[in-house]
Amino acid sequence: MPFFRKRTQSTLKVRKRDIPHGLWLKCPSCNEIIFKRELDKALGVCPKCEHHFQLDRDARLTMLIEPDTFEEWDSELCSLDPLEFTGTASYSSKLEQNMKKTGHKDAITCGRAKMGEYPVAIGVMDFQFLGASMGSVVGEKVTRLIERGTEERLPVIISCASGGARMYEGMYSLMQMAKTSAALARHAAAGLLYIPVLTHPTTAGVMASYATLGDVIIAEPDALIGFAGPRVIKETTQQDLPEGFQRSEFLLEHGLLDAIVHRKNLKQTLIQMLEFTSAT
Amino acid sequence: MTTYALPFEKPIVELEKKVQDLRSFSQNQDIDVSQEIEQMQQKIDDTRRDIYGHLTPWQKVQVARHPTRPYPIDYISNFSPEFLELHGDRLFADDHAIVGGFGKIADKKVLFIGTCKGRDTKSNLKCNFGCAYPEGYRKALRLMKLAAKFNLPIVTFIDTPGAFPGVESEERHIAEAIAVNLRESFTLPVPIVVVITGEGGSGGALGIGIGNRVLILEHSYYSVISPEGCAAILWKDRAFADKAAEALHLTSDALLEMKLVDEIIPEPVGGAHSDYEAVFENMKNAILRNLEELQELSTEELMQQRYEKFRAMGVFEEPEVKKKK
Ligand SMILES: [Zn+2]
Repeated sequence: MPFFRKRTQSTLKVRKRDIPHGLWLKCPSCNEIIFKRELDKALGVCPKCEHHFQLDRDARLTMLIEPDTFEEWDSELCSLDPLEFTGTASYSSKLEQNMKKTGHKDAITCGRAKMGEYPVAIGVMDFQFLGASMGSVVGEKVTRLIERGTEERLPVIISCASGGARMYEGMYSLMQMAKTSAALARHAAAGLLYIPVLTHPTTAGVMASYATLGDVIIAEPDALIGFAGPRVIKETTQQDLPEGFQRSEFLLEHGLLDAIVHRKNLKQTLIQMLEFTSAT
Repeated sequence: MTTYALPFEKPIVELEKKVQDLRSFSQNQDIDVSQEIEQMQQKIDDTRRDIYGHLTPWQKVQVARHPTRPYPIDYISNFSPEFLELHGDRLFADDHAIVGGFGKIADKKVLFIGTCKGRDTKSNLKCNFGCAYPEGYRKALRLMKLAAKFNLPIVTFIDTPGAFPGVESEERHIAEAIAVNLRESFTLPVPIVVVITGEGGSGGALGIGIGNRVLILEHSYYSVISPEGCAAILWKDRAFADKAAEALHLTSDALLEMKLVDEIIPEPVGGAHSDYEAVFENMKNAILRNLEELQELSTEELMQQRYEKFRAMGVFEEPEVKKKK
């Protein structure tokens, strides 16, 4: 990915061919060779440069919630191909591929869990599934999560990621922004806490709906966060983009984020927020 | 009215030129050709009817972008000569890409919001070609809340390629501005009628596009991404915009079928730009009828109807067995 900062130094002496394939990977930020096991233990954070790798939904849930407290909601929702979209490849074949790849039916997993002692309605988006684009299933599951959170008087926490709209679903995709935001209006009116956690990358329709409607908005370090993609902006305006543009640190400085939280502190920080805003 | 012709309007332009030639010929030669001209005029009408009766999605996008298409401000000025514009978001600036203010439609007091593209280079630049910055959306919300306070229905006209994708937009959080508008639009206790009059460009359109009724002018489009943008991503070439326009189902009839809009407002043959008066009339009648219907609803019913309308949008599969509600 072109937007990672490039650093070239590497002190590791291990050569690629000395390690069995699949057990190591290279940090895109500092080029360090990292053992997969070591990376997993560090919650997907590079031990050398603190680069936050993307996490799939299972790793993220495990990291955020108490063990054995997850009750999944609406897991059977499945995308259809209402426009019978065919570009270079058909939407249905893309869906099939991504289901096989991830073992999930769409780009978000939702349910109830406990964080510390607090029950929460939690959703976790997964960039591995079609770039976590928002189609009808993502929109419906997020809306149900929020509605059920309102009904059961639960705080809602959504770990956000999204590379863009689910173009294959045309205007159905756009309208998910409306219904998720509508559900948040009711959740907010009920006096309940909502926290989106923005991970790399969170953009487009997700960003212009539930990702920016939090009582508190948290981001992981160095995540790409914005409405339009940097390339589109550059092409449209022919402007040079400022240093660090659309990165978490830039957005904190420009007043959008409440806090940037290192992944190792994320769960604890969220629990603190739950504690400060809870009635008791 | 116009000399600007779209590529597929070429046959009409050629016929019109022939009529002109015939006219000047008759004047010079003092010969009566009125019968021939009448025949030609008939042929022009037939050709126009034929072309406009079979527009492809991509051609409709071009009609929606026609430089002499009536713009939101044209409807507002026509309906309401006393339109009282209100400026600024009280936070940063006054964005000329979105106008708003008090006005009337057939003596009915309303609050108008509309996007602005500008008609010439100078006004194009002033309005940023209809692409609003965050301050535009924040101004719109400020005015919508003003309408709510004084119990005025809101009428929104949308014709925008999209929110402005620029550095300043991001620095001032365009995504947040749109998101807040979406959420707050569901809390407004007054009737809202939205009309897509030209381009419905993605989130930038939706940001002022939440209403109890969403109407669309016949040859307008409303899309999650521009056909060119979609073509660039999926076909790796913007030149495939015609294919993308087809695939995206962005035309008024497709959107009505998908129940994403409530009503199509017909355009005169030859498009809205060919007959302003006719399209003003159609537009006015449609808005008034919808406002009258909405006036029957209580505040709670209005907000509930708006919620349920958007809540129902989306297509997915869910095995009945596992369903719990
Ligand atoms: Zn690193």
